[in-house]
Amino acid sequence: MFQSTELNRRNHSVQKLVSILFGVVTCLLIVPVLTIMTVLVYKGGPNISFEFLFSAPTNGMTAGGIFPALLGTILLVVVALIFSVPLGVATAVYLSEYASDTWLTRLINLAIINLAGVPSIVHALFGLGAFVIFAGFGTSILAASLTLGIMTLPVVIVATRESLQAVPPEFRMACWGMGATRWQTIRKVVLPNAMSGILTGVILEVSRTAGETAPIMFTGAAFFLPFLPQGILDQTMAMSLHLFVVSTQVPGVPETLPYSVALVLVSMVLIMNAASIILRAYVRGQKKW
Amino acid sequence: MNSDKNILVSQDLDVKDSAWYWDKFFQILMFISGVSAIFLIVSIFFFITKEGFSFFFESFSFREFFLSSAWRPTSLSNPTHGILALAIGTASVTGFAMLLAVPFSLCAAIFISEFASGRVREILKVLIELLAAIPSVVWGFIGLSIMNPLIIDLFDVPVGLGILNSGIILGLMAAPIMTTIAEDALKAVPDHYREAAEALGATKWQVTFKVVLPAAKNGLVAAILLGVGRGFGETMAVLMTSGHSINLPTSPFDSVRALTATIAAELGETAVGSEHYKALFTLGILLFLVTFVINLIADIVVKGNKRH
Repeated sequence: MFQSTELNRRNHSVQKLVSILFGVVTCLLIVPVLTIMTVLVYKGGPNISFEFLFSAPTNGMTAGGIFPALLGTILLVVVALIFSVPLGVATAVYLSEYASDTWLTRLINLAIINLAGVPSIVHALFGLGAFVIFAGFGTSILAASLTLGIMTLPVVIVATRESLQAVPPEFRMACWGMGATRWQTIRKVVLPNAMSGILTGVILEVSRTAGETAPIMFTGAAFFLPFLPQGILDQTMAMSLHLFVVSTQVPGVPETLPYSVALVLVSMVLIMNAASIILRAYVRGQKKW
Repeated sequence: MNSDKNILVSQDLDVKDSAWYWDKFFQILMFISGVSAIFLIVSIFFFITKEGFSFFFESFSFREFFLSSAWRPTSLSNPTHGILALAIGTASVTGFAMLLAVPFSLCAAIFISEFASGRVREILKVLIELLAAIPSVVWGFIGLSIMNPLIIDLFDVPVGLGILNSGIILGLMAAPIMTTIAEDALKAVPDHYREAAEALGATKWQVTFKVVLPAAKNGLVAAILLGVGRGFGETMAVLMTSGHSINLPTSPFDSVRALTATIAAELGETAVGSEHYKALFTLGILLFLVTFVINLIADIVVKGNKRH
């Protein structure tokens, strides 16, 4: 009675074939990139040393290390986070805890989608027009960081909103039932329970911010500076722009140097991303509800 | 006696103590933050328009701007601002990238969501997420120093920078994002759709093609649209891999120049307020409007999906 018919068998083999085919296509998407990463490690790896990371470029950027760029990227990321994390978290709190589904909420969501979707070079134009010229910051870390912060704001908003919405509504109701105000509930119950999700979003934002090039090209990053920035109104070098410069703008760069710069940049970004993924998985395992 | 006590309690609760004022304060603060997203997107449009605006009254000619392929903003005798070649450059690179990325990422999304399970699915999802994180300047460098010699060797052409190189790099960049969004769309199809089809004796791939894909159609279209938006707006990778010469391309090996890359390459050399500077901001306005429309359509398509 349960003997398979010709049709069953054919369906089964088609199913197998399709499954394998799709698996192969998926691998085709991933394998070239893994190969490329191997090449980066192979060519750029041997050159990376303590000295490479902690000394300045010399000989018109054809030798020496990457320290000013490394430090500059860290500065840019920190200043960007200082203003975009509070703003992003507050926006997410508003959307998740206060707003009801009105035209205004829909408009805010559309604005967030567009902040994420507008080309990075348009953000650069905005940064130049608004911060460098209009606000009078000049080409500086402050102007570049504000541009980066606005550009990556959606990353924090989306991650925070998701983790706030994952906090069960019963938690809030129990707190309101005790007579707490809405803000007390958010601060004492909702935010602590969503903290690790927010942290995941912040780490993701760090990785996005560190890799961006176009938004900082005209707002605060310099091709080469003989000294380190002294304050947030100084220009700075940055890893991403440094990679662009040594691979396209400077003649006579030894072949392996840009590979090393690329490897350090990719490692920074991927380690941050991996950390955020691991944290997310850990939090899921820890969930008590 | 009892009712007296109740009245007392409700009066206590009505007291406007410091907690009440803090609550109001933070409600207003959160509202301002929430609205700031709208304020930011409006100010982006305002500031790029403010800088590029007067270009429309001084040297803008609709005919020249959209229909001429001569982009010579620095010419002393007769500067021209035709974006046709740049627009075709952007379109050809994005189109080529989508030709590669759409089938690959849809297949990958279907595989991850419908066929893979357990560990394999988790590992693939993490890998795709990591691919999406690689910065665009690194992609540009890969195109420049790894793809370029590869293309020269394989196809025996003098230069490996052009539509082909740029398209492959852009395709690899857009694919992980499209895969993630498409996979979300497939995951949003309720499981009882699949179970009902399986109960009727359909095999997994019949379920996928006859039930899941039609149900997730809108989400998949949105994924493709967002991929197009990403390709269209990409700057550094295209600047480094497209060859950056103004050209009406006739073959995939031809070098082209994209709208975004033009701004990135030329803005540093212009004087603030000059005609060239304003022309570049006008390109920015164009880019802003096009991506705005793409995002808007994607949003409407997804919303249409959710109503079912």
